[in-house]
Amino acid sequence: MADANDRYQASQSTWDKIAESQEFKDLMATKRTFIVPAFIFFVLYYFALPVLVGYAPQFMSTKVLGVNLAYLFALSQFFVAWLIAGLYVRAANNFDRLAKDIVDKAEIVKGGK
Amino acid sequence: MSNVPLIMFLVFIAITLGITYWASKRSSGASAYFAASRQIKGWQNGIAVAGDYMSAASFLGIAGIIAFQGYDGFLYSVGWLVAYLTVLLVIAEPLRNAGKYTMADVLAYRLKPRPVRAMASLSTLTVSTFYMIAQMVGAGALVKLLLGGMVTFNQAVIGVGILMIVYVVFGGMLATTWVQIIKAILLMAGTFLLSILVMAHFGFSFSNFFAAIGHVTYHDAKGVEVVKDFLQPGLRYKPPYGPLDLISLGLALIFGTAGLPHILVRFYTVPDAKTARNSVVWAMVLIGSFYIMTTFLGFGAATIVGPDFIKTHGGTNMSAPLLANALAGPIFFAFISAIAFATILAVVAGLTISATTSFSHDFWTNVIHNGVERKPGEEVVVARISAFAVGAVAITIAILLGPTANVAFLVALAFAVAASANLPVIVLSIFWRRFNTAGAVSGLAVGLLASIGLILVSPSMMAIDPPTVTGTARHLIQAKALFPLENPGILSIPLGFIAAIVGTLLSHEPTSQHKFNELLVRSNTGLGAEKAGSH
Repeated sequence: MADANDRYQASQSTWDKIAESQEFKDLMATKRTFIVPAFIFFVLYYFALPVLVGYAPQFMSTKVLGVNLAYLFALSQFFVAWLIAGLYVRAANNFDRLAKDIVDKAEIVKGGK
Repeated sequence: MSNVPLIMFLVFIAITLGITYWASKRSSGASAYFAASRQIKGWQNGIAVAGDYMSAASFLGIAGIIAFQGYDGFLYSVGWLVAYLTVLLVIAEPLRNAGKYTMADVLAYRLKPRPVRAMASLSTLTVSTFYMIAQMVGAGALVKLLLGGMVTFNQAVIGVGILMIVYVVFGGMLATTWVQIIKAILLMAGTFLLSILVMAHFGFSFSNFFAAIGHVTYHDAKGVEVVKDFLQPGLRYKPPYGPLDLISLGLALIFGTAGLPHILVRFYTVPDAKTARNSVVWAMVLIGSFYIMTTFLGFGAATIVGPDFIKTHGGTNMSAPLLANALAGPIFFAFISAIAFATILAVVAGLTISATTSFSHDFWTNVIHNGVERKPGEEVVVARISAFAVGAVAITIAILLGPTANVAFLVALAFAVAASANLPVIVLSIFWRRFNTAGAVSGLAVGLLASIGLILVSPSMMAIDPPTVTGTARHLIQAKALFPLENPGILSIPLGFIAAIVGTLLSHEPTSQHKFNELLVRSNTGLGAEKAGSH
């Protein structure tokens, strides 16, 4: 890389030490606790739409509130996506806090570089 | 039609050229040219992502599909937003933390840089060029139609091509970003106005609107008058393969959007991962609002203009402009047309800059010259030259294909390659310690080849046309399709993942495992991430 020198560089053992530290393990666990269920949920919720509309069109044509189930379910996808994005941003503030501690500690050890 | 559309096109061109001139004075140096000095604000980048992503296929295409096939068109539009959750939850932040200009930067950390960059660059160029050709052919036909025949197809293609080259060569990422921001704002404003006018037409009553959607009258292919409930599923995605095709498309969107090179490069333009995250959220607000409003555009065109009228006045793609004309006359038609034009330009500029960045940074500097610039600034010079080359190639191919060419499959192909080749290797490289160079190269190669191969034997390329269909509008192979789906994702994505996993397991590369910790820490904490530069 042409100008890699101005980026934080460290030895293999430093990276290993950070990766194996309790703080880093906590960060990864906190992230996983939110991201994995959120990802699985949105994928299942999204693919329920083509599956239901494709294989149960009669049921999805049921009239509800002047429209039908198919339209309402499709519309709900937008709001569910926004909701998950909003929840993620809130959870991510926590990730940022944990990550900042790790970064600060690493940079102090390196002498502020 | 009067000269009003042409005048609005020229106003947009003048403004964007002004921005390009302004940006050109701030685009010296690689970080400024490729990443707008990483100083784009979160909300600005979010709007730019929306502008980069929503193509004329979204604006005119989806409105047209809904106008002709009702609910199934709306169903089609859902996945384009939901896909951003993958970008938000999995890709944007690690990419910004660990990379520099391209997705290959993330792969090159722990894998052997030359083979993975060469393959990633090939995949990026494939996605960008195919997507660009689809846009250019569409643009040529559309500009000709919108300007009422004042320009020919070839002139329109050359004009769009030259503008995109000028933006990218002189203005780099900064100019591209602002062209995308202006386009996104215009697109949102135009769509919002059109939606309000549709509701005004129905006396701001949703029950009147949906009652009209329940009884759309038109003539079918045999000339028989039919009345259809357009909110009913099944007008487009018919059994036996329709539902499966839709699921396959959904997979390509959900996994492919997060692997589109022109979207990924946008996350390098912001100062840090947190801003990248906020920009995805901004983009999701805009993209989601837009696709919800396709309800008004598409169903409005179906109920107010009617499929019969649209068919005889330019076809499906003209649904939204014709709706504007019906509701508020020729000036509004011109405004909506100018927005369609802006939409095309912003997307092709984004594609051009991602292709040139990958060529010059990944291929030229890192593959051919082992990661060393032979003289300062070489990378940017090469990028500018390759922007000319990419533009010239896209113009030439679009003209050779001509206005009637069947190019819709190229968009499906671009998403399939992104989902089957790019995404598996990015994800495995960030999350799987055992992953190695052989896995990345085989994943990229198989994902790319499987997508192209399956498209070649799909109904998009293989069908028996009646003799009335001529030239490039004819299907390439005149036989029954071997693969029944238009979207290969359902098969090509698993193949990409399997190839990456098998390739990894069949080889042994201790360094990639040793260096995993570095990538893991960098991508998750932002330690040592590229910082924003100063002007």
